Amino acid sequence: MLIVAWQLGSNATANNLLPAPLSVLFVMAAEARSGALFFNLAATLVRVASAFALAMVLGTALGVAMGRNKTIDRFCDPLLIVLLHLPALVVIVLAYIWLGLNELAAILAVTLNKLPNTAVTLREGARALDKSLQEMARVFDVPLGKKIRHVVLPQLAPYFAAAMRSGLSLVWKIVLVAELLGCSNGVGFEIGVAFQLFDVTRLFAYALPFVGLMLAIETVIVQPFERHVSRWRPLHES
Amino acid sequence: MKVEVSINQKIFRAASGQKRVILRNVAFGLRQAEICALLGPSGCGKTTLLRLISGLDPDFEGRINMSLPNKIGMVFQEPRLLPWRTVAQNLGLVCAAAENDISEVAAALRLTEHLNHFPGELSLGLARRVAIARAFAVKPDLLLLDEPFVSLDPALAAKLREELLALVLKRNATTLHVTHDVDEAISIADRIIVLSAAPGRVIADCRIDSPRQALTKTHAARLKEDILALMPGASA
Repeated sequence: MLIVAWQLGSNATANNLLPAPLSVLFVMAAEARSGALFFNLAATLVRVASAFALAMVLGTALGVAMGRNKTIDRFCDPLLIVLLHLPALVVIVLAYIWLGLNELAAILAVTLNKLPNTAVTLREGARALDKSLQEMARVFDVPLGKKIRHVVLPQLAPYFAAAMRSGLSLVWKIVLVAELLGCSNGVGFEIGVAFQLFDVTRLFAYALPFVGLMLAIETVIVQPFERHVSRWRPLHES
Repeated sequence: MKVEVSINQKIFRAASGQKRVILRNVAFGLRQAEICALLGPSGCGKTTLLRLISGLDPDFEGRINMSLPNKIGMVFQEPRLLPWRTVAQNLGLVCAAAENDISEVAAALRLTEHLNHFPGELSLGLARRVAIARAFAVKPDLLLLDEPFVSLDPALAAKLREELLALVLKRNATTLHVTHDVDEAISIADRIIVLSAAPGRVIADCRIDSPRQALTKTHAARLKEDILALMPGASA
């Protein structure tokens, strides 16, 4: 359906505004043969993965600490609000100016964009921890490791899944901007090149495989994780 | 184990800053393997007293001493099970013991066929059974029961009471059983402590000399009358 609509659309408009699906496929195949497609996809994926992992780990630590401790919360809250509302572009440009046009700057800039989002979500999770279950664990002298694994983490898991889901989409959007501005490879860089050449076919040839990749990660990793952590909920609940 | 409770005062501070005395001059001792019922009108501080003894609330004036070992098993007013863990995992959470210990206590409470269910799939009566099983799974020296049969129908409560009593007698644990039901107290305890309305203080402390099994209906009725006479405003 989508492809038919696309074909009809490309027939109706001027050729270089919306290219036909087949011509996009040809460019994709050519880029794949030369290896450039996979090289750029991999470069972007590595950046997404590292920034995402870093933001999830640091954001979770910060969020849980803020949710459990009022002093830390009061101290970090203004910083969190600033980070939350700071435009991604400002952080990226500042990172490039301060750290130079390198990989570290790109990844840190993206991490910094995602981190407050994770922290805010996990803070809510840490605040919502069930007090009656904490008390139960205390009376029964449940060892700390067991308590974290069976009492605390299952309560944080839905918040973690929510942060993961919104995080992945945010990270890959921002990674492309960071690549456009300061990297010499990656999907974002290629799209920048396509923009300068006004080459919509090339833009599609890079954007579509990446969308497919993200879709696959979402269905293969994120959704099964969500299903696994919520398997104890009775089926009639949504 | 033995427990010495001596509470001068317990004050509750409301969020508005208002202070309210909940318990005043509550002192009693529990002997080894004694089964004591704690009776009193609602709001008199029974649950608060259990929280002080269990160590959940250290903010009070007074002392609570326990002999060692002092492993505590507690049944809360609500089952307080982990909804994301099965019955077997809930029991396994509190004890490092081998699996046959769990299956033994589960069998005693007729939970064997529910071991792989999640708490959300159980009725309230079954969930309360699991909570009782959990309290016994730790092999407690002190058993704290906070109205474990509240909001169950009388027939089910009576059945569960029998099962609980059998386990308590077998385990020989010192037991403090909070209830507002005089009949329940008489049928389980060999000693009954009555608290007054808030601020709670001990207004009666009576031992039931005849063993539970030999307790006749008429004797029980007379005991109930005596206790009710002590509880102003209480109804049968």
